[in-house]
Amino acid sequence: MGWENLLLGFQVALQPNNLALAVLGITLGTIIGVLPGLGGANGVAILLPLTFSMNPTSAIILLTSLYWGALFGGAITSILFNIPGEPWSVATTFDGYPMARQGRGGEALTAAFTSSFVGALFSVVLITLFAPLLAEIALKFGPPEFFAIQLLTFSSFIGLGGGNPIKSLVSILIGFILASAGLDIVTGQLRLTFGITELMKGFDFIVAVIGLFGIGEILLSVEEGLSFRGISAHINPKVVWQTWKTLPRYYRTFVRSAFIGFWMGFKPGGATPASFMSYAFAKRFSKNPEGFGKGELEGVVAPETAAHAAGGASLLPMITLGIPGSPTAAVMLGGLIIWGLQPGPMLFKEKPEFVWGLIASMYTGNVIGVAMVLAFVPLFAAILRIPFPILTPIIVAVCAVGSYAVHDSMVDIWYMLLFGVIGYVFKKLDYPLAPLVLALVLGDLAENALRQSLIMSQGSLLILFQRPISGVISAVALLFFALPVINPYVRRARAGKRPVEVATRHDD
Amino acid sequence: MRTADLTTALILMAGGLLVIWDSVRLGVGWGTDGPQSGFFPFWLAVFLLASCAIIGAQAWRRTKGAPFVTREQLKPVLITLLPSAGFVILIQFLGLYVATAVFIGFYMRWIGRYGWVPVILLAVLFPVLTFVVFEKWFLVPMPKGPLETWLGY
Repeated sequence: MGWENLLLGFQVALQPNNLALAVLGITLGTIIGVLPGLGGANGVAILLPLTFSMNPTSAIILLTSLYWGALFGGAITSILFNIPGEPWSVATTFDGYPMARQGRGGEALTAAFTSSFVGALFSVVLITLFAPLLAEIALKFGPPEFFAIQLLTFSSFIGLGGGNPIKSLVSILIGFILASAGLDIVTGQLRLTFGITELMKGFDFIVAVIGLFGIGEILLSVEEGLSFRGISAHINPKVVWQTWKTLPRYYRTFVRSAFIGFWMGFKPGGATPASFMSYAFAKRFSKNPEGFGKGELEGVVAPETAAHAAGGASLLPMITLGIPGSPTAAVMLGGLIIWGLQPGPMLFKEKPEFVWGLIASMYTGNVIGVAMVLAFVPLFAAILRIPFPILTPIIVAVCAVGSYAVHDSMVDIWYMLLFGVIGYVFKKLDYPLAPLVLALVLGDLAENALRQSLIMSQGSLLILFQRPISGVISAVALLFFALPVINPYVRRARAGKRPVEVATRHDD
Repeated sequence: MRTADLTTALILMAGGLLVIWDSVRLGVGWGTDGPQSGFFPFWLAVFLLASCAIIGAQAWRRTKGAPFVTREQLKPVLITLLPSAGFVILIQFLGLYVATAVFIGFYMRWIGRYGWVPVILLAVLFPVLTFVVFEKWFLVPMPKGPLETWLGY
């Protein structure tokens, strides 16, 4: 563990141009987080083409800052408009919106931003400590271990994601099938192209992200009507200071939620369950549980801390293993490949200035972020007051620009529209979208890992269980796959004794 | 909802069969140097078929619930989706910037019922801004049409 590495990182992150990019990223990210139909994942996807000509470290700083900004932006819409911009903000609306209606919006926003900051910072400190260790271990991984981790990634969507597990499985399978379309780099054969030239280059997941989350979300939000009604909040240094004075009272909630967030967050799809879980825990351990849902400050603190701790933690597997924990991390991973970096444990050895610049920028980005959102809340909230007939065509146009820029290809804009319709239908039928995107990103990696494992064992799948590390991981993965089948029995056995009922949606 | 669930499952199953058909053509077994090209997609499609069969069965047993989309909901969706599709078609003939201008103008005027001044202002300013950011600052080319050619880009 080298402090000199972190110092090196800060030297990179504190360069004036990188600080300027962080400010830009947070501004754009907060706007994107506030806008309906644009969230962290597709915001990063749309901006990705702009980073092609940048150096990778500045590029990743811009994109991670955008991600923090989007997380902050989600809190604004949840509290002032009762519209959770992202699924993990749903729990924030429970107490945030009632507070805003009582005229305590400034207080709620201050608490939300501060909690986000604390949660994210907690994760970043843990990442600083553990990422090098994890990367060191991962250096010894072979194909079976990597395939086992992929299994674990996808099994946690099925076992822990909530919703209909079979629909999660279908999403994963569709993602993998789409990923295998096009040229098979191992054998040189064309797969699933059916003689159509356009299909030869396969489906790009960035286009899928923009379509599924961007266009799909727009269609869903216009369906619910064409206007938003928000509450304006007065936020000034006095409100901020007074809220800050009360916050230390909730130190237990902060610590508990940050741990829940980090623990759930480095597994995919973790942010949403983490926010609900920590809300439920906060209510359970509170001296004033009946105040929850009616405007309790602690009810804002708990989910926000957890969601942001989880958001930070989802970057851990991406930088150490090259396996993203969320669609946003997946898009960033795609960026790494485009910038000519090989994601995975070797990054720590080969590009220390990149990895540590990224980690240091998580500190600087969050400090800048919390200061900026506190200062400019009214401006950001005003964006949601832009009428729908203006916002809709602009968002669709921005999505089209982002899709085209990935490969300079017109077909991709059509794919974007197609994925938009699929996203709309799937969302309505409760097919989760995040596993589909992750499978599309990881498809080639997973297939190669499986192929190489099978070559090593001459065709026997048992190799996944015969090596110690991959054996343990595969066993846990199998357990997660089996959870939806086992759970009803466990629940019946301990009937009525379940401590926390956790409502989950899972597409973060 | 039930009908939509069944239809989706059926469409996905048809897709699964298509994947299996192509995988079998490529070979799903063991080649000279490891699994053949069709191996991975074949098994994915087999699991997809099985899962969709279960989803279909679950939906079949359910009683008819709320409709997938009501007429009042479908209208705003279509007046967003169809102009968007028109926009994508226009890009091919006019280039992205002019198509964006037409799209924003049309949408604001037709759906938003704005006056001509804000419509024209925004419909011109936004594409110009996009042009400056993408073509000039970040050197990312977008599809162009007759107008850009005429202007010499």
